[in-house]
Amino acid sequence: MIQIHPESAILEPAAPARMRPRRVVIGFALALVLLGLSIAVSLVVGTREITLGTVFDALTNPDRRLTDHTVILDLRVPRTVVGLLAGLALGLAGALMQGVTRNPLADPGLLGVNAGASLFVVAGVAWFGVTSSIGYVWFAFAGAAVAATIVYLIGSLGREGATPVKLALAGTALTAAFTSLITIVLLADTEAFDRYRFWAAGSLVARGLDAALPLAPFILVGAILSIVAARMLNALALGDDLARGLGQNLVTARIVCAVAIVLLCGSATAMAGPIVFVGLAVPHIARWITGPDYRLIIGFSALFGPTLLVAADVLGRLIAQPGEIEAGLVVAFLGAPVLIALVRCVKLAGL
Amino acid sequence: MWGAVRAGAAASVRPADAAPLARARAQRSRRSRSVVLVLLGALVIVAALSLAVGAYSLSVPDLLRTLTGQGSQSENFIVLSLRLPRLTLAVLVGVAFALSGALFQTVLRNPLASPDIIGVTGGASAAAVFGMLILGFGAVATSVAAFAGAIIVAGVIYLLAWRGGVVGYRFVLIGVGVAFMVQGLLGYLLSRATRNDAQGALLWLVGSVSGARWQDISAMAVVLLVLIPVIGVLSARLRALQLGDDLARSLGVGTERTRLVLLVIAVALAATATAAVGPLAFVAFVSAPIARRVLGTGGLALIPAALVGALIAAVADFTAQHLLPGQLELPAGIITGAIGAPYLLWLLATSNTTGKGA
Repeated sequence: MIQIHPESAILEPAAPARMRPRRVVIGFALALVLLGLSIAVSLVVGTREITLGTVFDALTNPDRRLTDHTVILDLRVPRTVVGLLAGLALGLAGALMQGVTRNPLADPGLLGVNAGASLFVVAGVAWFGVTSSIGYVWFAFAGAAVAATIVYLIGSLGREGATPVKLALAGTALTAAFTSLITIVLLADTEAFDRYRFWAAGSLVARGLDAALPLAPFILVGAILSIVAARMLNALALGDDLARGLGQNLVTARIVCAVAIVLLCGSATAMAGPIVFVGLAVPHIARWITGPDYRLIIGFSALFGPTLLVAADVLGRLIAQPGEIEAGLVVAFLGAPVLIALVRCVKLAGL
Repeated sequence: MWGAVRAGAAASVRPADAAPLARARAQRSRRSRSVVLVLLGALVIVAALSLAVGAYSLSVPDLLRTLTGQGSQSENFIVLSLRLPRLTLAVLVGVAFALSGALFQTVLRNPLASPDIIGVTGGASAAAVFGMLILGFGAVATSVAAFAGAIIVAGVIYLLAWRGGVVGYRFVLIGVGVAFMVQGLLGYLLSRATRNDAQGALLWLVGSVSGARWQDISAMAVVLLVLIPVIGVLSARLRALQLGDDLARSLGVGTERTRLVLLVIAVALAATATAAVGPLAFVAFVSAPIARRVLGTGGLALIPAALVGALIAAVADFTAQHLLPGQLELPAGIITGAIGAPYLLWLLATSNTTGKGA
């Protein structure tokens, strides 16, 4: 009595999309509405009450003499843009990571990328006296790239190449090593610790547009690579042997994904600090709507990622008035129940 | 029925085929014996170094004399009152964390399922830091808070993951979710505290065996003395669980009950160890994978894993005290990740190239 799992029985990756097009279309429309809604709320909500009309005015016909307009243009637009870019990058990176490692736990934290970025930022702060936001950005970017490269090299040594288990183990082991190094630096240098604990909270306001916009091209390239990688991931999902049998070059697929992951995670971490959870949860929510087709999962992740991060930022502004709580903390704290509910209530598609 | 199948299989193996099989088995058990001996030897050497080396160093004969109770007063004080408790605690918590991680990873069948990844030690940390920063707890109350935090978080994860049974992957995913939550809470507490308070909390979060108290040591020792025999009794069922639920059930193992008992043991080990020294970073996560790769088998390897854990903790404490530049007395937990993890990475790299990787 062998029971074939309905999803693993489907060898033609595009089939589920045709099987339930209505669910996908409605989901897509809903995701777009949610994204628009979160952007609008992010521009309207804050300590200073500003109406939607004024927001529209400020965007179309800015008048620098009005305080409302400067608040919108200098504070709320930048943090919304940072949230959109970082959320997009994290959502896509999470989908790629879960696809390429075939591990439902994969997220930027798992493959050591966050730890690498954090280590480099700490080193920059402690040893190179970096204080400017632009300085953080390049250190975080380099650290993410170094970590991902090390994990991929160690994980892919040997005959069978980068298997999911090896990648996950190598990533977590590297995180362990880097975390120790970070703590050594932080315990020795009180100044650095003081700055680091705010960076690590994951704030969308700390660095602003000056730091975010130079990173936008990297995210764009990462997004294009993600679209290219989607079809490859569908093949990979069938297992290495079957993927090879279908003519998919495994090395090419993994390298495309790895490059995209480094670009996306590095930029996001540089912009907003080591934000957890978005990369993990977004692909799961997407998969729940779309089924196992990675072309759809990646499309939906690109919408859900920004929505989640911007919404978390708004929530952080609302719950702690007149102060605010960093988006990274909100995402970690309120996102977890969502994930738990999903894991409990829905049969999440296995990978 | 199983007996019949096994007898049939044995009968079909001709003597000429049986010989290499027996040889391979003997080779494997020889290898596991020699690994255990090497680990024990290394542990003894590190222990001797930890007891002898310091601001006041002893020669080996002096050390032996002191350990047998015939040292001078100052030697007795330095070795027996200062260095021995510290070393004992390091070894004990190393064993506890390693066993806890090995049990979690085996029961949940996921190499990432160790108490430090799925939020159990994180729960202890958050409770302890909350106690320290908000409620102004002292050392003992902080330990109690940490123990309670670990137990509560583990219970919450188990209950949330229960749906007519606990599946490894659901448990781990919910554990990671809880870990995120705990991490968020920690980040919030640390970023809102004053700089000095945050620094103190960071020290606790790193995990340290300095200032080891005999009541911590005896608590840890009692827990280990009670639980290790239980693990020994259950190890046959644990092996059956490794074969998958269906096969384990057909071998007469109550899978759900066995899993619960083993997880309770693992949580008790991690909670006691965290209460004693703080969340000694990543000892639980790296020990079992290292042991398995050194042995070159996919087996249980609980004893080697426990020895690896003890060795990591002892080496880390020695390194933190004596081998780092500057006169800083650093906590052991600062090094455990830096010692264990690179070794695991190296093993991953080398065992992969010889085709023995996971």
